[in-house]
Amino acid sequence: MNGVEVDTGMDTGMDTGVDDVLALGGEKFTSRLIMGTGGAPSLDVLEQALEESGTEITTVAMRRLDPAARGSVLDVLRRKGIKVLPNTAGCFTAGEAVLTARLAREALETNWVKLEVISDERTLLPDPIETFDAAERLVADGFVVLPYIGDDPALARRLEQAGCAAVMPLGAPIGSGLGIRNPHNIELIVESAGVPVILDAGIGTASDAALAMELGCDAVLLASAVTRAQRPGLMAAAMRHAVTAGRAARAAGRIPMRRYAEASSPSLPV
Amino acid sequence: MKVTINGGAVELPGEATVGEAVRALTSMTSGVAVAVNGEVVSRSAWESTRLSESDLVEVLTAVQGG
Repeated sequence: MNGVEVDTGMDTGMDTGVDDVLALGGEKFTSRLIMGTGGAPSLDVLEQALEESGTEITTVAMRRLDPAARGSVLDVLRRKGIKVLPNTAGCFTAGEAVLTARLAREALETNWVKLEVISDERTLLPDPIETFDAAERLVADGFVVLPYIGDDPALARRLEQAGCAAVMPLGAPIGSGLGIRNPHNIELIVESAGVPVILDAGIGTASDAALAMELGCDAVLLASAVTRAQRPGLMAAAMRHAVTAGRAARAAGRIPMRRYAEASSPSLPV
Repeated sequence: MKVTINGGAVELPGEATVGEAVRALTSMTSGVAVAVNGEVVSRSAWESTRLSESDLVEVLTAVQGG
């Protein structure tokens, strides 16, 4: 871990007072940090970051096979025993996303897909119409669909009704590191969701990941915040702790915010 | 027979199968999927599916991203 020991004592056995297993797509997970793989300078750095993150699910993109490529992200995930979650990154239409998901199912032997249909290259914001269309088609085709969406409570509800296994609202645009720009909407999504809510995109640093969990999200998905950090392994460890801490804080029940002080010591005798 | 594999023109013997097209590109067998003219060809059908002149073959695998 780059020579720095971080031990908050939160890794194991922390009693959060809740059944702390993430039930997703009919499977159970201990880690609530889902990792992306984009942006890592090398497979070695990626492998170390994944190790430090403690993740059990990691997403990969599908692209044309390059015969000259050496090493594979799949080998890394296999070595680590991490579940592979193919995504449809780079798709602009429902048709492209459906074909990509089917190719991923064939190549990776999983019916899970992180559905990502973007609207334009500049913002990479998800296209809600194409995403919903693709989600309906993929659910009908037997996929476990995890759609990446804007922080839109109405769309989240519609995707849940369409049979998606989770909803994945953004905190801010992909790779922006702007954190959670509309915490209120994330709370609204959490309040009405009957499927796991996974905060996806926008995380910049550990406090953003902790906030996502404090708002009630079930998990966090991030890539750039770790892979493009100056020390990816150390940031991965920070994110692991942040997700655990945020989850515990949510379960613990925070004190209300007050306008004025409330003394924490008994009054002095007069 | 001329087909396009991942955007490049490739000359294959007549009656070539999807399996032969994949082997023209890579020796990888796992972690790979193929679409011909926008339709997925499952691995079990690679050796029995014959290509036609001008077919568009896409051979994909997982990479870092997303």
